[in-house]
Amino acid sequence: MASHGILDRVAIVGMGCTPFREHWDLSLDDLLVDAAGLAFDSAGVTKDELDAYWFGTSQSAASGISLATPLRLTGKPVTRVENYCATGSEALRQACYAVASGAYDSAMAIGAEKVKDGGYQGLNAFPIPTDGTNRTLTAAAMFSLILPAYAERYGVDEDELRRVVARIAEKNHYNGARNPLAQFRRETSADAICEMPAIAGRLSVFDCAGVADGAAAAIVVRAEDAHRYTDTPLYLKALSLVAGNGGGLIDPDYDFTTLPECAAAATDAYAQAGISDPRAELALAEVHDCFTPTELVLMEDLGFCDPGTAWRDVLDGTFDLDGDLPVNTDGGLKSFGHPVGASGLRMHYEAWIQLRDEAPEERRIDRRGRTKALIHNLGGYPGEMLSFVGIVGTELD
Amino acid sequence: MTETRGILAYGTHVPYHRLDRAAITGVMGSGGGRGCRAVASFDQDTTTMGVEAARQALGTGASSGPTPDALWFSTVAPAYLDKTNATTVHAALQLDAAVPALDLGGAVRSAAGALRAALTGPGRTLVVASDLRVGLPTSADEADGGDAAAAILTGSSADGPLLADYLGGASATAEFLDRWRTPGDATSSTWEERFGEQAYGPLLDRAWAAALADTGLAADGIDTAIVTGLHGRAVRRLGGRLGVAIADDLADTVGNSGAAHPTLLLAHTLDTADAGQVVALVVLADGAEVLLFQTTGALAAGRPSRSVAAQIADRVDVAYPTYLSWRGLLEVEPPNRPAPNRPSASASLRRSEWKYGFVGSRDATTGITHLPPSRVGIDGGAVDDMEPAPMADTGGTIATFTVDRLAYSPSPPIVFAVVDFDGGGRMPVELTDVDPAEVAVGDRVAMTFRRLHTADGIHNYFWKARPVRG
Repeated sequence: MASHGILDRVAIVGMGCTPFREHWDLSLDDLLVDAAGLAFDSAGVTKDELDAYWFGTSQSAASGISLATPLRLTGKPVTRVENYCATGSEALRQACYAVASGAYDSAMAIGAEKVKDGGYQGLNAFPIPTDGTNRTLTAAAMFSLILPAYAERYGVDEDELRRVVARIAEKNHYNGARNPLAQFRRETSADAICEMPAIAGRLSVFDCAGVADGAAAAIVVRAEDAHRYTDTPLYLKALSLVAGNGGGLIDPDYDFTTLPECAAAATDAYAQAGISDPRAELALAEVHDCFTPTELVLMEDLGFCDPGTAWRDVLDGTFDLDGDLPVNTDGGLKSFGHPVGASGLRMHYEAWIQLRDEAPEERRIDRRGRTKALIHNLGGYPGEMLSFVGIVGTELD
Repeated sequence: MTETRGILAYGTHVPYHRLDRAAITGVMGSGGGRGCRAVASFDQDTTTMGVEAARQALGTGASSGPTPDALWFSTVAPAYLDKTNATTVHAALQLDAAVPALDLGGAVRSAAGALRAALTGPGRTLVVASDLRVGLPTSADEADGGDAAAAILTGSSADGPLLADYLGGASATAEFLDRWRTPGDATSSTWEERFGEQAYGPLLDRAWAAALADTGLAADGIDTAIVTGLHGRAVRRLGGRLGVAIADDLADTVGNSGAAHPTLLLAHTLDTADAGQVVALVVLADGAEVLLFQTTGALAAGRPSRSVAAQIADRVDVAYPTYLSWRGLLEVEPPNRPAPNRPSASASLRRSEWKYGFVGSRDATTGITHLPPSRVGIDGGAVDDMEPAPMADTGGTIATFTVDRLAYSPSPPIVFAVVDFDGGGRMPVELTDVDPAEVAVGDRVAMTFRRLHTADGIHNYFWKARPVRG
């Protein structure tokens, strides 16, 4: 199987991200106009100068017309993209490949979700007619299966492991408190999270991603054109996507301590980018912390730690803002909020500002000369998942 | 020698939940009584209980015997009108399309009549009786009723060993208002009790005498009489004058399960009867039905896997307000989640074997079981290289589980387990009849047919797993 990647052939030259909030006063169209406008300004372009558009939204709209109308695009190819919670990254992947192919010189990837108009808390799936035998389990419950499985496999006390993942939420709230765009900007302690009532397995509400409206956008161009737009472009080093076949749910050998689709996407991405020691080479990682146990096992599946050891690194602060490899420096899904279609592009936005040293000072990381960031964005559940892993960097290899 | 007809097999279902009658008095200040009644869970209806009883009657694996060539389903509380409910039972049992499935509904009497018709008619008929008894709070029907199902496979000695021979019987019919329910109402009304007793007396006398004449038996040749009917006073008083030992009516442990009760009590008697015993089944319902049986030497080896007594012992109390909410008599705030979608009729038909029969597929090359069935295997990639994998009767072990307090359920929380089936196959599946605090990895489970929810008036039937206790 070939996966050649498009190392250094496409660059991000502008990005924008709206605040992620319960935007009772903003529509999907408003969010799209705002995010697109920020990205246009960032790159110094107008909407007519871009050749093509990819619009990622999970459930808030259908078809490219839903972007072309609010932006009043004229005569542009606009494609709507959907790939569960990895929708935003998928929009970017499609835009990058279109530019790399030579079909277009420039494109926008924009993702948005308007989740708070539904009248219910949480995210709710669009109903597709079925025979009625599908699982009705929530995502929180599916991901809660990780904790007892991990505790058993690696001999970690279940109460201690519960504290470990609460520590992940504490870290992400700490980072989010220093991010004006984030939904939740209050610090919270692991102790307080452990005291909260369980909603799924041992997970509390504070182990779950925030549910917010929001939008984010990126403008990509041919790498050789990047400096016409900015002195500090981000080059696409890797774009990998692996869609699982659902086998994990019916395979008795699957034990819920790993997310194989994520590990496979990471392996592919590292090969595309030529990375051999991610923990030493990456300046930061933005990962899909939809639930706290997800971030725990991702540290192993993305190759930052050996299997069974991530829980120690979490306690040691390895992934803190000042740690060896800062993870979710913007607060992650946990604190920044999770407007499904926007989240993947929001993750890239954090890489955009951190690698360019533009993050707010109180959460700006010390890159120690490292120039690359990893973005991990997944959709689905343990056993039935798709995973995106991308890598961006400020330097040409 | 003429062919003898009788009972080839039987099975019962007593739900797991009980309502302590004192709990009614405790909340309402009146009503209730002593003992407890059986309560169908929120995910059960007469159809699903009927499926469980029928599955037991038909047995599984090595214990399976003759198969029915007709299925009759009788209930007073049908899940659907206009549409046949027996077809759901038929699908859950994976019976051949050539086996007709019919509802005999409307009145409690229909179930006893179905049994008589099956015993006197040709062929092997599986008669399934199921009832879900609801009364207004503090009413006698609420306290005295019980939810249960029972199934009997009738046939001849040529079909296999009869567990009990049908000796004969008689019937008496009259039109009078003992109790009634207008279509659409959930509960029944009754006329003054003393009137019914007076009306039933001569009808029982007549049917009893005719049954004895039909069989050539005298009362002292009958070992046990099962006397049942919804008119408690008539059953008590008139039964006493038959001059025969009266069987336990399960009033204190199950309650009166209406249409199901005659079959349930007969099954309960068969669970412990010795060979050669003569049993009278007497049903008072808009007349009188008398059916006489004699147990055979085949009974001891032909009993179902779970006796009525074992099911009575496997129980948990349900709080009275919870019971009321399950029956729709107390409306509680639904979970703040979108209500589930109605299942698609066409998708359900395409996947009937899976949805109703719990039949997955097994990769003929790799042997891997796929739940739900799949055209392409997860290993090897062959297309349409699958065999049917019926899993409804396969036990399993809980590999891991979680308690979901967010997901929509008519009675939260949902307990979900990843179940590894004996001999291969895994599936994440909802548990039922379960205490979230008592589930453990390694627990054994069995599959059970349930109603997941109802949307737009469409009942969404599928399978759940229930813990196997003891």
